[in-house]
Amino acid sequence: MPVRPLVLVAVLLMLGCTPQPPAGDRLYQELGGQPGITRIVEGMLLNVARDGRIRHHFARVDIARLRELLIQKFCADAGGPCRYAGASMAESHRGLNLQPADFNALVEDLQQAMQREGIPERTQNALLARLAPQRGQVIRQ
Amino acid sequence: MNRGWLLAGWLLATGVQAEGGKLLATGGASSLEGAAGGGITPWAVIGGYGESGQPGATAFATRLWTGDYRLDAAGLAVAYDNRVELSYARQRLDMPTLRRRLNLAEDSLSQDIVGAKVRLAGDLIYDRLPQLAVGVQYKHQRDFGIPAAVGARRDSDVEGYLGASRLLLGGAFGYNLLLNAGLRYSRANEMGLLGFGGDRNDSRQWLKEGSAAVFVNPRWAVGMEYRQKPRNLSSTRESDWVDSFVGYFPNKRLSLVLAYAWLGEIATLDDQQGLYLSLQGSY
Repeated sequence: MPVRPLVLVAVLLMLGCTPQPPAGDRLYQELGGQPGITRIVEGMLLNVARDGRIRHHFARVDIARLRELLIQKFCADAGGPCRYAGASMAESHRGLNLQPADFNALVEDLQQAMQREGIPERTQNALLARLAPQRGQVIRQ
Repeated sequence: MNRGWLLAGWLLATGVQAEGGKLLATGGASSLEGAAGGGITPWAVIGGYGESGQPGATAFATRLWTGDYRLDAAGLAVAYDNRVELSYARQRLDMPTLRRRLNLAEDSLSQDIVGAKVRLAGDLIYDRLPQLAVGVQYKHQRDFGIPAAVGARRDSDVEGYLGASRLLLGGAFGYNLLLNAGLRYSRANEMGLLGFGGDRNDSRQWLKEGSAAVFVNPRWAVGMEYRQKPRNLSSTRESDWVDSFVGYFPNKRLSLVLAYAWLGEIATLDDQQGLYLSLQGSY
């Protein structure tokens, strides 16, 4: 019966490969887990597309890939079971010379997306608080 | 007609994404003296919604009633680069009770205030340092008869202040917390409405100011302010000021502050307290 051990190994492998959510994943859960974060990122990108202040910065960006990376990033920053596989914040914004106003515009587009998702105020603040310290690597690169 | 609808639609559409580089409410309201801030104290923020490289501007009107007094203030401020703010305010204090009791010829005191504020370092939200600013205010009291009679030494003066402001994301049980602390180097009596310096003390001193506010959401803030005041005149005992406020920032064009202020003794009349209402237009 070689099948059974194989199944067992496969199950064990899957269990082993499924990263256990870290203890600090409350924010990730409050954001609605993977589906919630996906909707927030998509909502934000739709807002960006309508945002005359910053949409030109995204004109030559592969939006599908950006969507994937942002979901990974928000998930990881929120303590969820993801690893952000993209370039560092400084690297990915190099040469764009983004200004504080651009960063705030993106924050507003994100806030609006979270609002639309019905994310509570305190949860919104918690995500913003984890993103805010990264502004230095985003602007003026 | 069609064009009108198009225009209206376009205005509404762009209104969704608020223009202006700063986040909502982070340019503050307008203080009684014209500088961006709370009501009775300035914050270290630069007024209006201009971020770096952008202009900003505000205009305001404020009224404070205590029954015995009515203070009206109005003015404007312009800013650039989230770095420099220039402001002007005119204040007028009406005093019907004193006029009746003392048979005064004048029934109001006015002053002009021209201010400048510069952000020195830091950022309200993002940098390691809180936002730090230095400001100066030139004040000119326009009706010096009564201030002179109660012992004030001069009708105009310059004062300076240092301020630090920080918005802590989620800092108050998950809600955003704004903290402001300031030091003012001044000898103004009742902000300058009763002149500057006095028989009891005629030199500037460091006065503490501070405020804290909690943002229930990006549009609504509730908080308190404190302002230490000097006691330069022997004829009247000036009191520190405290107020409790609700700020409403529906968008980046308009804000409204409703407060209740405890002002203590003003020009011999004790226990002055009352409502404060301030309206600000901003860009």
